[in-house]
Amino acid sequence: MKTFNIKLVLLAICTSLLFVQCADDDDNGNIIEQDMCSDGLQNGDEEGIDCGGSECVPCEMSVDFTGVFVQEDIMGRPAVNTAFGGSDEVKNSYNIAATSERSDSLTDPMVNFQRIFEETLEGYHDVYGDALGVDLDYETNILGLDATAFAIVLANFDALQVAPNAPTTYFDGTNVLTGRTLGDDVIDISLTLMFGGTSGTRFDGNNGTPQLTSDGVGVGDRDLTLPFPYMEAAISQ
Amino acid sequence: MMKKTKIFAAIGGLSVVALAVFLIAADHIDSPTVAGTKVDIADFYAFEGENPNSTVFIATLQGPLEPGQVTQNAVFDKDVLVEFKIDNTGDFKEDLVIQAIRRDSVDKQFMYFFGPSDIDLPDTERDGVPGLTSTVNINDGIGKVEISTTEETFIGESGEIKFFAGPRRDYFYFDFNRFNEIASGAAAPEGFFPPGTASDFFENLNVLAIVVEVPNSLLGEAPDHIGGAVGIDGLPKAYNVWVSTKRKQ
Repeated sequence: MKTFNIKLVLLAICTSLLFVQCADDDDNGNIIEQDMCSDGLQNGDEEGIDCGGSECVPCEMSVDFTGVFVQEDIMGRPAVNTAFGGSDEVKNSYNIAATSERSDSLTDPMVNFQRIFEETLEGYHDVYGDALGVDLDYETNILGLDATAFAIVLANFDALQVAPNAPTTYFDGTNVLTGRTLGDDVIDISLTLMFGGTSGTRFDGNNGTPQLTSDGVGVGDRDLTLPFPYMEAAISQ
Repeated sequence: MMKKTKIFAAIGGLSVVALAVFLIAADHIDSPTVAGTKVDIADFYAFEGENPNSTVFIATLQGPLEPGQVTQNAVFDKDVLVEFKIDNTGDFKEDLVIQAIRRDSVDKQFMYFFGPSDIDLPDTERDGVPGLTSTVNINDGIGKVEISTTEETFIGESGEIKFFAGPRRDYFYFDFNRFNEIASGAAAPEGFFPPGTASDFFENLNVLAIVVEVPNSLLGEAPDHIGGAVGIDGLPKAYNVWVSTKRKQ
């Protein structure tokens, strides 16, 4: 009897240890063990995902994925719609347009994103020029893109280009447009492409120019060395 | 002067006030219709994974979130389908899609992942435009993962695919307040502050993140880089990828 009780106690301890391990609350992540009826897959003799068949709950009591879903927001490269959309109407139109249809928007034939983006790009130069009391125009950027070509890249090809066989960078001074990492300074890169001109240093704060090509902040103390899912846990306070 | 008048007329709403809110973040709160809703995309990242033969996709939503109660109370919307789109032919039409949507059990929230699925045109057309309308590709289930909390992190794995959903620190960084002063002309002639003086508006804010890592072997051959179309030659072959959020009708 005594031996039996000890075994029960040991079993209870082992079981609780298992649960303690499952309640791991560090940031290394847990690998979730899933059995057939809760693995998110239709497998075995299931009639749907994790439902039906001999093992799982009937499908009429299970997860419902039915319905039609319609696009409300979209994003490729950072800051495109927010920076160049200009008016609320244009931004809303952009968000419900398909990427492939921007050059000739079927969503709203009156909205020509390329033209609007080019005007906005020039508009920024005018606003700052007004503040300085001079006439400013966009100058062909370090990628060799004039205002129209830049607007085409922004409006008609608004996706991240991610290269499967090359290191990722939005722009590192040499490599360009092979994706976007968590550390890439997309604001400085965007500002340089907008205001840096052909040299990249047109308005870099030197030689009496205003600083418009860098906002002066970097990734800071965000950790870029983490394993999957690569991002720090939420800030707690 | 003619030019300026014309531009201002054309831009219309691009007043000082409009400029002041124009670049709140990479895509955070980017338009009146989606701002403050659970479809609002904050940011999008795509990069080579720890395993160089894989690609990581990250969408962040509903940002920026204040730490504490606001972040703890933030939830994914069960009526919002998040889709990573992959164009592997170079025409900017999606060829593959990876989907994520929240469903709950009695006491837990889960994010279900599907794909990469070949685009099924009849299901993805609205007004003749492919890609704007979707149904969940239930035959291509990857798996599900419990949605992480501010206290606990859960990671799902299925074969070589990894997946995650939950609150994370915002990795977008930007001196947003100084930008507003630049946009209004108040910062002329200096422009942005130097490092040390500049301040990162997003430094201590959070987002809801969805992360999925996929072997490149599931994404097909990458097409020629689009840079070549505008005279930027010599770039490596690259998929064109983007993220969208869709609401159940």
